[in-house]
Amino acid sequence: MQARRLAADVVIIGAGVVGTGVARELARYDVRVVLVEKRADVAFGTTKANTALVHAGYDAEPGTWKARLNVRGNSLYPKVCAELGVAYKNTGSLVVAFSEAQVLHLQELKAKGRINGVPGLEVIPRERVLTIEPDVNPDVVAALWAPSGGITSPWELAIAFAENAVANGVELLLSSPVIGMDVRGGRVSSVRCPGVVIDTGFVVNAAGIWADDIERMVGRDDFEITPRRGEYYLFDKRVGHLVSRPLFPVPSRSTKGIVVAPTVDGNLIAGPNALLVGDKGDLATTAAGLAEVIEGARRLVPGLPARESITNFAGLRAVAVPAGDFVIGASPGVPNFINAAGIQSPGLTAAPAIAEAVRDILADAGLELAEKPDFNPVRERPTRFAELCRDEQSALIEKNPLWGHIICRCENVTEAEVVEALHRAVPCTTLDGVKFRTRAGAGRCQGGFCGPRVVDIIHRELGVAPEQVTKKGGRSYILSGPSKDSLLEQTACRCLAHAIRDDGQADTEDVGTEDACRIEMREREGVGGHAHGGV
Amino acid sequence: MRTVECDVAVVGAGPAGLAAAARAKRCGAGRVVLMDRDRELGGILNQCIHNGFGLQLLSQELTGPEYAEHFINEARDAGVETMLDTMVLEVTRSRQIVAVNRTEGLIQANAKAIILAMGARERNRGGVIIPGMRPAGVFTAGAAQRFVNMEGYMPGKRIVVLGSGDIGLIMARRLTWEGAKVEAVLEILPFPSGLTRNIVQCLNDQGIPLYLSHTVVDIHGEERVEGVTVARVDSDLRPIPGTEWDIECDTLLLSVGLIPENELTRDVGGELDPVTGGPVVTDEMETSTPGIFACGNVVHIHDLVDNVTREAWTAGEGAARLAARQQPGGETIRTRAGDGVRYVAPHLLHLDNLVARDVRLFMRATRPAERVQVEAVVGGKVVFSKFERVVRPAEMVVLTIPPGKVSPGKASPDHAGGGSHPELVVRITPRDRDTAVEGGRKA
Ligand SMILES: Cc1cc2nc3c(=O)[nH]c(=O)nc-3n(C[C@H](O)[C@H](O)[C@H](O)COP(=O)(O)OP(=O)(O)OC[C@H]3O[C@@H](n4cnc5c(N)ncnc54)[C@H](O)[C@@H]3O)c2cc1C
Ligand SMILES: Cc1cc2nc3c(=O)[nH]c(=O)nc-3n(C[C@H](O)[C@H](O)[C@H](O)COP(=O)(O)OP(=O)(O)OC[C@H]3O[C@@H](n4cnc5c(N)ncnc54)[C@H](O)[C@@H]3O)c2cc1C
Repeated sequence: MQARRLAADVVIIGAGVVGTGVARELARYDVRVVLVEKRADVAFGTTKANTALVHAGYDAEPGTWKARLNVRGNSLYPKVCAELGVAYKNTGSLVVAFSEAQVLHLQELKAKGRINGVPGLEVIPRERVLTIEPDVNPDVVAALWAPSGGITSPWELAIAFAENAVANGVELLLSSPVIGMDVRGGRVSSVRCPGVVIDTGFVVNAAGIWADDIERMVGRDDFEITPRRGEYYLFDKRVGHLVSRPLFPVPSRSTKGIVVAPTVDGNLIAGPNALLVGDKGDLATTAAGLAEVIEGARRLVPGLPARESITNFAGLRAVAVPAGDFVIGASPGVPNFINAAGIQSPGLTAAPAIAEAVRDILADAGLELAEKPDFNPVRERPTRFAELCRDEQSALIEKNPLWGHIICRCENVTEAEVVEALHRAVPCTTLDGVKFRTRAGAGRCQGGFCGPRVVDIIHRELGVAPEQVTKKGGRSYILSGPSKDSLLEQTACRCLAHAIRDDGQADTEDVGTEDACRIEMREREGVGGHAHGGV
Repeated sequence: MRTVECDVAVVGAGPAGLAAAARAKRCGAGRVVLMDRDRELGGILNQCIHNGFGLQLLSQELTGPEYAEHFINEARDAGVETMLDTMVLEVTRSRQIVAVNRTEGLIQANAKAIILAMGARERNRGGVIIPGMRPAGVFTAGAAQRFVNMEGYMPGKRIVVLGSGDIGLIMARRLTWEGAKVEAVLEILPFPSGLTRNIVQCLNDQGIPLYLSHTVVDIHGEERVEGVTVARVDSDLRPIPGTEWDIECDTLLLSVGLIPENELTRDVGGELDPVTGGPVVTDEMETSTPGIFACGNVVHIHDLVDNVTREAWTAGEGAARLAARQQPGGETIRTRAGDGVRYVAPHLLHLDNLVARDVRLFMRATRPAERVQVEAVVGGKVVFSKFERVVRPAEMVVLTIPPGKVSPGKASPDHAGGGSHPELVVRITPRDRDTAVEGGRKA
């Protein structure tokens, strides 16, 4: 089959918050940009599994990319999120110290923060900490208050970046893994995906934990990405009130430690731990890891009830070795191949600033950037029924009855929102895609109620057979196929109809003696086993 | 916003809501409105197309939808108004309901009494914390049941079921009949949590192995489930290292318990029972918020629909009495779960009712036991008891106290012994084998 041929000035590989951020930044200019993503949707990589904090920037080593872009990114958040209709709350954050030694550490962080340009850092005494966070561990001695800290929704941001980029002319190719690149005379000339070849002037490598594999495609091997896994607990909104802002422990050398933080949707998140893993697909949670998270979280908030957990997940940090810092800049020897790699934490915070930095590097490398007069920086926040007052809700239902049909019982998401999510600038075809856009399935029942209903709407709206609807693309199908005729069920039912006595005991004559024996035996095992333990 | 004025508004049209609404109407309530968010009346019964409903109450073995039909007809005949595809968003202490549907938009109902009958939702993976990957193919058994029975689709071909709850057992059989291979049912407890008849009919008859004291410790597969690791657990329910083995499968069904759907109840702010997760209720099925009643799975999880209906009748009668301002007043006595009992409902009994009528107590045993007395104790004295050949945590125990067993005098504080609050303690005690007479009663 002849591959489709596209032409671009810049190809961006990877549609996480970094790649989409770069795409949206370049959309301001008169350049042809193609954003390619191997998964079925944007934000399906590390961007969907992190702590969602907008860090203040006091812990990165002064002078590093991390330090600079964290503080710059943080300062861009209010404007970016306002333009793009993305949830963001400037809650401030606290690093909580439990000993005098740890208080000394707070002073060091404060000094580092001052060099990095973090505004308003202050070490506050125990009483003040307990006033603003009454559920914090009462053993607290003092805390570092960072007023510029905050929380956001990482996937909302990446989706909004992508939608705004596409609205301003960027082409987005989903389900398009980059499988190779052509290098001529020391420069990348084209990017190859299955069925598509894109001739391009520049390439931006924003492939997250796969960025080293991508760089190898242009014959370079400057860094290695070693994935470091972090596991999480997400808690029910019922306990969302336990903390009002992110709480950090005093950090260790390698991580910021296990955090307890509110989410923009009103839940509570706890995590991450940190464990190097060999496999870039290893997003498994483990019993030991989850225990570590709960223990760490309880050190900060002792009253955290594990039974209010609604889900667990894990994310992979893209740690670049040997750099340790973000790897941003042209690959040595391939001047039109720009890395935005090794973007571990605080990559989400830094994303808007990484986009600016990559833009400047591209300009330095010779990309001509003429501003487009018609660039529209605004992307409207999709309407959410649950965020409206009763009068606004009424008005919407009057216009379109689908606003009156609740699909997700936990988050009160309506059919209108799901339908709308399926027809936006960035196509959404999966259950997870719907979840990230509308919150249908993100609540306490985790899609048990809305799952079948969303499958049905995707089937109806996009003309996809139900057994082809997936959770997250690829082979993640939900249903294996139609069931047999229900006639079969009815006949079988009749054959098996047992007489059951009034007291609910199965009539063993009908069951057959062998079966009756088997059940008796198992039950005896059961009763006996327990008796040894308890009675 | 359209407003609806009524005597009784019922939230949820499963067997609980249907029976409560019909009974309230029959007992003289004026306008009775029944709302459900689903497209049909009948609640969870609509997806339970297996037999086994109504044996006690209707003396027939019906399927879920047939049982529902009986009570749908009763509600219709009684003159209950129904509103389907209608989600109740809010219930207030002052007995207002805000609901929404496609045709009428937002609706406000002002009622003299409200009956909460929202049923239960299934505990899911996050609730039981199963480590591993997060692929497609992990379902709660009820969600799978809806796919198969109502939408006509299969969740997978090779299936492992975690939990021996009734829905899981019934789905194991159903999926086997549909041509899927059910590899195993795993239960973390040393005894099954579903009804015995379901273990027999759904597993043994189908040749599906049941592993007691086992659980899933890992889930494999990036996109779709490819297998699970299972392990035996010790007496503290912790996996025993070295006992793990892998089962290849494409689907994991979870049947690990139901949780009363009490979001609205919480909004109202009434007292909840920490064991059941449902509201604390009186023998009228009134919650601690005056005028707000509750019945069915929203109060505590029932295994037999017949008991749901009975409880709902009580709620319907109570609500009608309240609407007519004929509620019993006077003293109440608190119930408490004693030895061998995990919980008991209702939580508060009116002495007037104890004198005048049968009062039914629902309870769950903490552990399986044979040949026991189920006793109601007031002030240190057994006021009523009955013999049970077997009790199991999976099967609700019902103790119906006849009128007059607890008289106001007996329940007065000095007789109650401990403290000033009179209480009625229920306990399940082993029966002395030597003196036992089958079916006999200790007076
Ligand atoms: C546990 C954890 C906690 C964190 N907490 C925070 C925090 O609180 N605050 C903060 O600021 N930062 C945090 N971070 C960091 C932040 O999440 C990341 O820096 C950010 O999400 C990285 O985005 P990205 O776009 O680089 O990567 P990704 O989101 O992983 O995007 C890379 C994309 O590239 C695609 N791709 C890969 N290979 C190919 C290919 N061959 N062809 C096409 N596409 C390809 C992938 O599919 C993926 O979508 C955390 C990270 C982790 C792991
Ligand atoms: C799979 C399964 C098998 C069973 N098998 C048997 C059996 O063989 N024999 C037997 O006797 N019993 C059986 N039972 C038990 C019995 O059927 C249930 O306990 C009973 O159906 C519970 O009734 P309910 O009315 O309390 O709840 P449900 O039937 O769950 O009804 C609750 C209703 O409330 C609605 N609702 C909830 N929230 C709202 C809201 N906010 N707004 C509007 N509507 C709302 C729901 O849509 C639902 O229709 C079985 C149960 C299950 C789940």
